[in-house]
Amino acid sequence: MLLIDCPHCGPRAHAEFTYERTRDSVVTLDMPPEAAMRTLYERENPRGWDEELWRHSYGCRQWLVIRRHRTMHAIASVADFDDSVTPC
Amino acid sequence: MLNFSFDGIAMQARPGDTLAAALLRNGVRVVGRSFKYHRPRGIMSAGVEEPNALLTVGEGGRAEPNTRATDVFVYEGLVAHSQNRWPSLKFDLGAVIGLASPVFAAGFYYKTFFGPPSRWMFYERFIRRAAGLGPAPHLADPDPCEHRAAFCDVLVVGSGPAGMAAARDAAQDGERVLLVEQDALLGGSLLSDGGDHAEIEATRAAIIAAGGRVLTRTTASGLWDHGFVTLAQHVAEPGHPAPLAQRLWHIRAGRIVLATGAIERPLTFAGNDRPGVMLAGAVQTYARRFGVLPGRRVVIATNNDNAYVTADAVIAAGGEVVAILETRPVASDVAAAAQGRFPVFLDATPTGTHGRQALSAVDAMIAGTARRFAADLLAMSGGFTPVVHLHSQGGGKLNWNAAIQAFVPGATDQNLVAVGAAAGEVVAIAPATHALAKPKAAFIDFQNDVTAADIDLAHAEGYRSVEHLKRYTTLGMGTDQGKTSNMAALGRLAAAAGVDIPTAGLTRFRPPYTPLSLAALAGADGGGHAAPSRRLALYDRHAALSPLWQPLGLWHRPRAYPLAGESLHAAAMREANAVRTRVGIVDVSTLAKYAISGPDAAAFLEIVCATGIAKLAVGRGRYTFMLREDGMVMDDGTVWRTGETSYLLTSSTGGADRMTTHLGYVQHVLAPKLRVSIIGQQEHFAGIAIAGPLAATVLAVLVDAPPPAHMGLTKAVIAGVPVLVLAASYSGERAFEAYAPGHDAGPVWDALAAATAAHGGCPYGLEALEFLRIEKGHIVVGGEADGRTTPHDLRLEKMLRKAGGYIGASALQRPALLATDRLQLVGLASPNAIPEGSMLVAEIGARVEGHVTSAGPRVLGEGSVALAMLAGGRGRIGDTLIASSPTRGQHASVTVFEPVFHDPEGTRYRD
Repeated sequence: MLLIDCPHCGPRAHAEFTYERTRDSVVTLDMPPEAAMRTLYERENPRGWDEELWRHSYGCRQWLVIRRHRTMHAIASVADFDDSVTPC
Repeated sequence: MLNFSFDGIAMQARPGDTLAAALLRNGVRVVGRSFKYHRPRGIMSAGVEEPNALLTVGEGGRAEPNTRATDVFVYEGLVAHSQNRWPSLKFDLGAVIGLASPVFAAGFYYKTFFGPPSRWMFYERFIRRAAGLGPAPHLADPDPCEHRAAFCDVLVVGSGPAGMAAARDAAQDGERVLLVEQDALLGGSLLSDGGDHAEIEATRAAIIAAGGRVLTRTTASGLWDHGFVTLAQHVAEPGHPAPLAQRLWHIRAGRIVLATGAIERPLTFAGNDRPGVMLAGAVQTYARRFGVLPGRRVVIATNNDNAYVTADAVIAAGGEVVAILETRPVASDVAAAAQGRFPVFLDATPTGTHGRQALSAVDAMIAGTARRFAADLLAMSGGFTPVVHLHSQGGGKLNWNAAIQAFVPGATDQNLVAVGAAAGEVVAIAPATHALAKPKAAFIDFQNDVTAADIDLAHAEGYRSVEHLKRYTTLGMGTDQGKTSNMAALGRLAAAAGVDIPTAGLTRFRPPYTPLSLAALAGADGGGHAAPSRRLALYDRHAALSPLWQPLGLWHRPRAYPLAGESLHAAAMREANAVRTRVGIVDVSTLAKYAISGPDAAAFLEIVCATGIAKLAVGRGRYTFMLREDGMVMDDGTVWRTGETSYLLTSSTGGADRMTTHLGYVQHVLAPKLRVSIIGQQEHFAGIAIAGPLAATVLAVLVDAPPPAHMGLTKAVIAGVPVLVLAASYSGERAFEAYAPGHDAGPVWDALAAATAAHGGCPYGLEALEFLRIEKGHIVVGGEADGRTTPHDLRLEKMLRKAGGYIGASALQRPALLATDRLQLVGLASPNAIPEGSMLVAEIGARVEGHVTSAGPRVLGEGSVALAMLAGGRGRIGDTLIASSPTRGQHASVTVFEPVFHDPEGTRYRD
């Protein structure tokens, strides 16, 4: 049960949040077909730090980007999903 | 004194006795039969690590099998039974298996797999009867359990001297402290030292005075990420009637102090499992804390100094120390000091034990010379293993400490510290150097009957990794999770492999630390509370008709409304017939509904929906479907233009939660710049569909206005309630859906029900709805659209928006999705019933070519129809196949048709 420090609600239990996907697997609307398929099926699966999209479903319902260590579960940062940043 | 019974024999215990202490007090030596060989077993320990003394405590629904006798405190009327014995504990037929013990050697299960299946089948029956623990009760537990959440700055696990001091200091520093102890009393090892209990009480009082909280009979059973700990609290003892039996705590702790102590290890020698052979520390605990000495003539076997404390306790309790067998060749200072008081033998090791049901003599090898001692109690100490379970569960590393021959807590990312014995502050030992005689009789894992010979055999057969060893021999896989056996096994494996123990490795510790009952895990979430229940706004109207209810996700919807004595099938056929010939009404409130509005509402919908949206006229609606990014159909529904820039989107009941998340994802992540608002209205509006040739007549009577044309909408008033009327058909008949706010929908239902009845119709449920839509060839999400089907597979490709731009559009271009041999939607017809879920084959036993997704009877005609996914189905109209369900023994000859059996031109619902 992770402890996620929501920028709006403060530290809350994992159970309040819903995991969506890794940030690099967002298929943007303008992506060419080949890139879209690569994004869906040929993703990196790092054993370490990664950025993930989560939603605070049972809280403020905001979409968040969480930088999380995928084996140790350490969380480095929790921020609002910012549309000014192009998803990587 | 407290009265209790063991295997039907009345006994008495002192208040504060564990069941184990009480049994020893009553002279009980044999308490159970071992797992595989049915060897008589006695109490070995005084703590939760107990591998042998597993009893069923309590009766009926309260019975708790596999309760450790050392971990239950006697109460008035406690009823305990031994396990895994027949016909009785004293004379056990299963013990005959003990004579054939080579049959059960390591890897026995796996080896039988290599033989013919008949051999395994034979052994399986044999093993299942022989091996086992207590049977699970099949009655409901009458006593409830609950969950509770709490927070603290410091969680201290264990109330021995180290834990008590840590809790007191933190509390006095102003931190919120929670101290948990699995025992009924605080004090840990202090309770067995014969020391001053007033000091324990004073520390407890100081913790509480400083604002700390203390929970006894509470085990920290799991340590998870970020300081999250689950505690299992025995509010009542197992089997004791109580208004609350157990409480499972969810704790988020700022800091964790592990003062979990250490567990003593047995020595490995032939006959070390005989009743009367106990851990030295346990003998000390029974003598000092409970005033019970489990024998009079005591031999102590040890590789460390702690055993001399036991020797003193034996003397103080009035026993006799016959011999102290020291594995060490040279006396330590403590051993040297004791040599005057006790018969201490150096370079000595036990080699065997005697006695029919319990110990009568001990064989020893002393400096190369064999000797026998008459004794009724053998206290053994192989050193102490720090309890590092929680540290390891929390992701912490373990370091090897050679002096104590055990792993101790190392680095961890958690805010956690181990103190006292848990941190490795235990007595040093001398590792065993004597060759082991008769390894087949020297037990390492007492609970799972794994001997030293089993570990040697596993190693000889190539199982070098400790993870493989564990699975091959079942070592450490009992309810005790190898608390007393892991280190001895590792030592044996490492020696056989010629490596040191850290190289041999260690299996991971996993929660729970001690067994956790399913009742505690379920808490209050059992029975009707196992999941939330979502109730229709019109629940009362339906309940008055006593329908058969059908769960659908969390919802409960009427499946059919049988008349007195009517079967489900007969009721559904009557209801479907009313829709086809006259009129019926059905509750469709659970459909997902979204009000989507704003200047960019149409643009938003064209991203979500794969069909055309922009050209939809105000006041008109359309069937639509949505794709996933991989091009598979995710959901379907209808979209209605309710105003210049406002739409109503409906989608399936079962997909509602997924659709809500998906719309949010598109709005906030993919297209954050679109000016659009989305309001989920699934529960706000109740919906009632009116369907049948007389549906328009029924509606006209009520609204006093012409009903909307097919796929049109209108606002109207029914029974004084404003409603939105949509003209859409799922059944294949002329149909409307009337939506009203849930709180006001009752009178709307009443008016529609009365008008429907006046025209010879009736309400219908999900069963009839299925019959109608299957005949009409309408797909259902989760049935035909099962997440593996494209629009082309489902024959929806003509509705795809040519310009693209919707989610999934590019994925649909992949060549494999255009292959002609994909599973494609077809209809099937048969004069007989078609088994739902069956496979489609050319003949029984032939290659599977597809499957039946939904099937039902013809509503007005004879025989039955089905929808199915068939390989290359579009090109196979007219083929004959067999719908085969071997598991149910049902087979039907079917003919392939286009997937629509009722009014293919749609003349019945158009104006």
